[in-house]
Amino acid sequence: MNDALDVLGSPADAETLSRLHRNLERHAEQDGLLDVAYTVVDSPVGRLLLAATARGLVRVAYATEGHDGVLETIAQRLSPRILRAPKRLDTTARELDEYFAGRRRTFDLPLDLSLSHGFRQLVQRHLPEIGYGQTRSYREVAELVGNPNAVRAVGTACATNPLPVVVPCHRVLRADGTLGGYVGGAEAKAALLHLEAA
Amino acid sequence: MKTPFENVVAEHAGTVLRVCRVLLGPHDAEDAWSETFVSALRAFPDLPDTANVQAWLVTIAHRKAIDVLRARSRQPLPVERLPETPSDLGVPDVDHDLWQAVRDLPDKQRQAVAYHHVAGLPYAEIAKLIGGSADAARRAAADGIKNLRKTYLSGATS
Repeated sequence: MNDALDVLGSPADAETLSRLHRNLERHAEQDGLLDVAYTVVDSPVGRLLLAATARGLVRVAYATEGHDGVLETIAQRLSPRILRAPKRLDTTARELDEYFAGRRRTFDLPLDLSLSHGFRQLVQRHLPEIGYGQTRSYREVAELVGNPNAVRAVGTACATNPLPVVVPCHRVLRADGTLGGYVGGAEAKAALLHLEAA
Repeated sequence: MKTPFENVVAEHAGTVLRVCRVLLGPHDAEDAWSETFVSALRAFPDLPDTANVQAWLVTIAHRKAIDVLRARSRQPLPVERLPETPSDLGVPDVDHDLWQAVRDLPDKQRQAVAYHHVAGLPYAEIAKLIGGSADAARRAAADGIKNLRKTYLSGATS
């Protein structure tokens, strides 16, 4: 039997809800309420979470990091005003596409490094100085940032890079030429180096 | 611990839209939904961690709906007859009479039906929104449902 209550409680269709979501994204951006916008894109190294504040790209996360957990952390550390709002990430997504297609060697994006601090942030600021297709050892990066004894701290800074791929921590290897660790896993690190060597 | 607001939207978008539909009809429900979630996004960082998020959203929707109804009563003409747009709202045409019946309910009955039968709020919470006692809210919801069934079932085969 079709009861009045069933009709009143009938679920909204997905199309209506996604249209309302897009309106919400637009209003939130217009009213300055969208502290963090994010989207998820496909890439040769798996699904990548891209998140940006009004200042710039604040986080790139591999699927292996757990996107839900990454967003929870952003909510605690930056702001819970977070929406899936792909528009703010359009340029980032396009530049990543070009990079993975071998048509882009540097990223031209405003970055927001507010998820890292101190020495780690200093290292991350210097990483883009390692050019496309080149590699450095952890020790060489320690020297690059003017602290040659901080080899382990450089390793930590690379491992906690909030912007992998865009800030090229994958270009930092062990002194013996082996890969070393990587936030996206050894396979992703090898794939990026292989791409850049082509 | 604050969750990303996106999770709040994902979890409650449908319920809030159903509540807005009952309060305002399919036509104005989407505007009220949008205003509700923009306001909620604005206030979200200050919401206590222990708050009942759904009750909080319904409270905001309640206020937004009152604003819409006030604006309507100042401008009664354009909404006297709803445009025939139910199909994109997932509401079949045959239910048009039901929406008219919901619209004809006294305000408190319509609100009590929305907040209890659609949103699932306890009557004590509803009393805080619409005034009066929890018992009065319970009676308003029961009367509202009785009135709707009278209209709706008389027009449908049972």
